[in-house]
Amino acid sequence: MNALPSPDSLSTPATDTLTSTGAAHVSIKGVTKVFNGRKGRVQALEPVDLDIRRGEFVSILGPSGCGKSTLMMLLSGLLPASSGQITVDGKEINAPNPEAGIVFQKDVLLDWRSALENVMIQAEIRKSDKAEAKARAMELLSMVSLDDFHDAYPSELSGGMRQRVSICRALLHKPPLMLMDEPFGALDAMTRDQLQLDLLKLCRDDDMTVFFITHSIPEAIFLSDRVVVMTPRPGRVERIVNIDLPRPRRLAMREDPKFIQYVHELTGIFKSLGVFREE
Amino acid sequence: MAMASATEPQQDGTRALAPVLKVLNGVPLAVWTLIGLLLFWEAYVRLANVPPFILPAPSAIAQEFRAYGHRLFPNALVTMFEVVFGFTCAVLIGVPLAVAIVYSKFIQKGVYPLIVASQTIPKVAIAPLLLTWFGYGMTPKIVIVILLSFFPIVINSVMGLRSASDEMIHLARSMGASAWQTFWKFRLPHALPSIFAGLKLATALSVIGAIVAEFIGADKGLGYLILIAGSNFDVARQFAAIICIALIGMCFFFTLEMVERFAIPWRNKSDVSGEA
Repeated sequence: MNALPSPDSLSTPATDTLTSTGAAHVSIKGVTKVFNGRKGRVQALEPVDLDIRRGEFVSILGPSGCGKSTLMMLLSGLLPASSGQITVDGKEINAPNPEAGIVFQKDVLLDWRSALENVMIQAEIRKSDKAEAKARAMELLSMVSLDDFHDAYPSELSGGMRQRVSICRALLHKPPLMLMDEPFGALDAMTRDQLQLDLLKLCRDDDMTVFFITHSIPEAIFLSDRVVVMTPRPGRVERIVNIDLPRPRRLAMREDPKFIQYVHELTGIFKSLGVFREE
Repeated sequence: MAMASATEPQQDGTRALAPVLKVLNGVPLAVWTLIGLLLFWEAYVRLANVPPFILPAPSAIAQEFRAYGHRLFPNALVTMFEVVFGFTCAVLIGVPLAVAIVYSKFIQKGVYPLIVASQTIPKVAIAPLLLTWFGYGMTPKIVIVILLSFFPIVINSVMGLRSASDEMIHLARSMGASAWQTFWKFRLPHALPSIFAGLKLATALSVIGAIVAEFIGADKGLGYLILIAGSNFDVARQFAAIICIALIGMCFFFTLEMVERFAIPWRNKSDVSGEA
């Protein structure tokens, strides 16, 4: 249907709508998801509307169980939406979208493959050119400082290294859209900082759209162009905050007054939503 | 001078012994325990004058091997063939059946419960029946070996194939993997450690199956030899046959372990003792 969002379709009180010119890369219109569990119907997502520009880094920020992951599953086409429409490049998503690259919270590395082979599975399944893919895989691994670990099995890698391999795997086929579901959620704080920097480096060159799910306020601010705040279940878009910080992002920016102001703003939103309760 | 000459040969002695000690240190402790046990057994039988038809000394059993080896060996081959052939059949039936159970709703709901329920029947109880159907040859023995060993193979393979996480399957689908690619590149390798755990359990059971089947009706094999030797109060011969059985079981198990190391190289650092 029409690729441009009509203003009245945004029934949610989102303060910021897409203002850029041209068609959105990813367009989510009135998408809901209802699960029929043992305890009856569970509304995971109330109608969600969101447009994402090409090359944009968008974080979805929300408390646990707000349907963030569900939204990503719908975007990837791995789960069908109960209603509404999702389009990527104007094409409706109703089957797994092989153009997307996916990273989960668990690294899901294949134990029986070395780091390099784990990245290469992407090329094997897609039957793309082996030599070319291998060169790209090596380049990606070296960008995240894993040159010496091509032949290491996942069991020989640390948690941070494993997640870096899984990000390289998702990036191998230069996906126009990257879907990441709390990829750094299981890592310690220091590893997390480094991986955020690694991710920004990996995303910089390509004109890649990143859909990044997190429940860390500073992480969302540090990485994103826009932060989409979701309410507790049933999830819907509460607010969209533009992050106006220069790129490339540097760790020192986290002490920037502007950064801190964003933290305050987002914390305030969650307080008003009842996610944070102070005495 | 006198003192120096007294200490010097001693030092030479320890230096000469060093490589020997090094080799001896390398022998696993269990071997030393075994040797100690055998020495104790030998000494006890000799000192307490235990009659050989109650408990023969290890030396007497060794003597039995020498004197009776020409009969032991061909019978051991028969048992070994039953074990290996039956086990191989059980793998060829069990693993594909596990795949069918995981992939087919009908087999999972309609057949799998029956297989599980059938395990309440002691296999020994149906052995005479198999004898009636298949005669005294090798066939009933092989069938019993299959019946005993195929269950752990099926159960462990099913568990392994089912253990692939949702994320792994999502990942495969997001790459556009076909059903065959998802099975061959994700599910099956992921299930291998579990499948091998089942195979190792099955090795022990397949040896038991062959011996029990030979007890019930046979004219060759180690089980048959034990039965005949038992009726003649020839305990040394029974021991010799038992040792053969143990050796077959061990060789079989370790062969499988070697295959496992080859098939699952990423697991080389895990335990060597196995799950059985």
